[in-house]
Amino acid sequence: MKNFTYHRPATVAAALPLLDAEWGKTELLAGGTDLLDRQKEYVSQPDKVVSLTGIGGAFKQIAAAGDAVTIGAGVKLADIAESKELAAFPALTGAAGEIAGPQIRNMGTLGGSLCQRNRCWYFRDEHVPCLLKGGKKCFALDGENEYHAVFTQGHPCVIVHPSTLAPPLIALGATAEVVGPKGTRTVPLEKLFQAPAKETQREHTLAPNEVLVAVKIPAKEPPRNASYEVKQRETSEWPLVQAAVAFRPFVKVARDVRVVLGHVAPTPLVSEAAAKALEGKEVTDATATAAGEAAAAGAKPLSGNGYKVALVKTVVKRAALLAAGARPYWEG
Amino acid sequence: MNDSTGEARSGPSRRGFLTGTGAAAAAAAGLRGELAPAAQPNPAAPAHGPGPVLVELTVNGNKLSTTVEPRVTLLDALRNHLDVTGCKRVCDRGTCGACTVIVDGRTVYSCTMLAVEARGADVKTAEALGGDRLDPVPAAFADCDAQQCGFCTPGFVVSIRAALDKNPKATPEQVEAALTGNICRCGTYEQMRHAIVQLCRKGG
Repeated sequence: MKNFTYHRPATVAAALPLLDAEWGKTELLAGGTDLLDRQKEYVSQPDKVVSLTGIGGAFKQIAAAGDAVTIGAGVKLADIAESKELAAFPALTGAAGEIAGPQIRNMGTLGGSLCQRNRCWYFRDEHVPCLLKGGKKCFALDGENEYHAVFTQGHPCVIVHPSTLAPPLIALGATAEVVGPKGTRTVPLEKLFQAPAKETQREHTLAPNEVLVAVKIPAKEPPRNASYEVKQRETSEWPLVQAAVAFRPFVKVARDVRVVLGHVAPTPLVSEAAAKALEGKEVTDATATAAGEAAAAGAKPLSGNGYKVALVKTVVKRAALLAAGARPYWEG
Repeated sequence: MNDSTGEARSGPSRRGFLTGTGAAAAAAAGLRGELAPAAQPNPAAPAHGPGPVLVELTVNGNKLSTTVEPRVTLLDALRNHLDVTGCKRVCDRGTCGACTVIVDGRTVYSCTMLAVEARGADVKTAEALGGDRLDPVPAAFADCDAQQCGFCTPGFVVSIRAALDKNPKATPEQVEAALTGNICRCGTYEQMRHAIVQLCRKGG
């Protein structure tokens, strides 16, 4: 990889002056599992790396206080998976425990999971001048696209958002705390993401000189929640399709239903249609199936990923049933 | 692709050299990189590098130090600068597990961690399981013939050791779950399972 200058500030405040107003020359390092890969492939060639691993305190802690649980952006994935403070959010802990393998979960962080770059093989190949690297076309549109988006409406770049923690966090109504030169701002988690189309855009909406410092989940009467994903292998693999479902039980029916799809669009995708299919109804095999059908409606798969549409139906159905407390019948 | 071993000992990158106007330009760029950050009024987060920086860490109980550029991974620092060669360089992309080491009690891929990030850390490698008294994990591997070419073995035994240290009463299933970040290309998984069952029976 190209050499760089390394900084390891002890506080977020000390990190901010080290950041640039533009992308490209400076990169933040949290767990390093995404950044080092990109540097080795020369996809990212920063002159300066600002490590956030020296920042302690709340940045590395999970804290339950009042009506919310706050997870520092520097908290490791393994600690999220095993957290007692997060026991009411199996959608999140379960998804965290499914990411890659133990070593990656010991290294990777919440902030890194949410802010990592996409896994498109054209983007990750230094020799391919794709849209996100200043090129003129998306090579996946008519190329090898079996792992790309099926909700492609209008997107010039058909990556899927890589974070497995984003869908459950959005379903749980989480907010992101972002610190920049102008102070702190709070962003609903679904607004943290965007579909990038050029070199000067990222998969998230943070400015180059901002740092994601924490994610806050409302914890007063937590909803029923679950995440379900399908992978080619059981471990050390990215999900093909993921769904996170959350709802509040009211007598026998589901209220405030949230359904969020992962790995099917350039951003985590909130499915209003699937939520509507369950709202005010008892979660049964039939209504969960209907939610899956609703979630898949409107998908526009590419040449190689039509199979994902069927998977969307399956993961939404299974996530809804799991959230409702069903024994996972598909596990025998 | 396999370039960081060579680069670890040199100044400007091979690519920087080729794309620049020549050695003089590359050297001048390196010099600017070294001097510019020092002028920044930020004593809280001083610049390290791009030249070699001091890395001190504890490896298998021994305090070791070396100087490496910030871009050098923990794996390359251990193997190429500190002569700790138990951890192996195979995929170099945080996937195969041959480079697995224990840093402050947790398994990590040393190929995907910068050496400067491990400053002050307590690092354990496969060497810690050898010596005069063989650790029960490699002993069980030898007993059960749980390796073929053996290149992945240091990563596997380190992962198993970490799992049993965390939970000495781990079940074979729990130990196997701790190995999902390691790959054996020879496919000696079945013999490894025998070794794991033997280890769990003996309580780690």
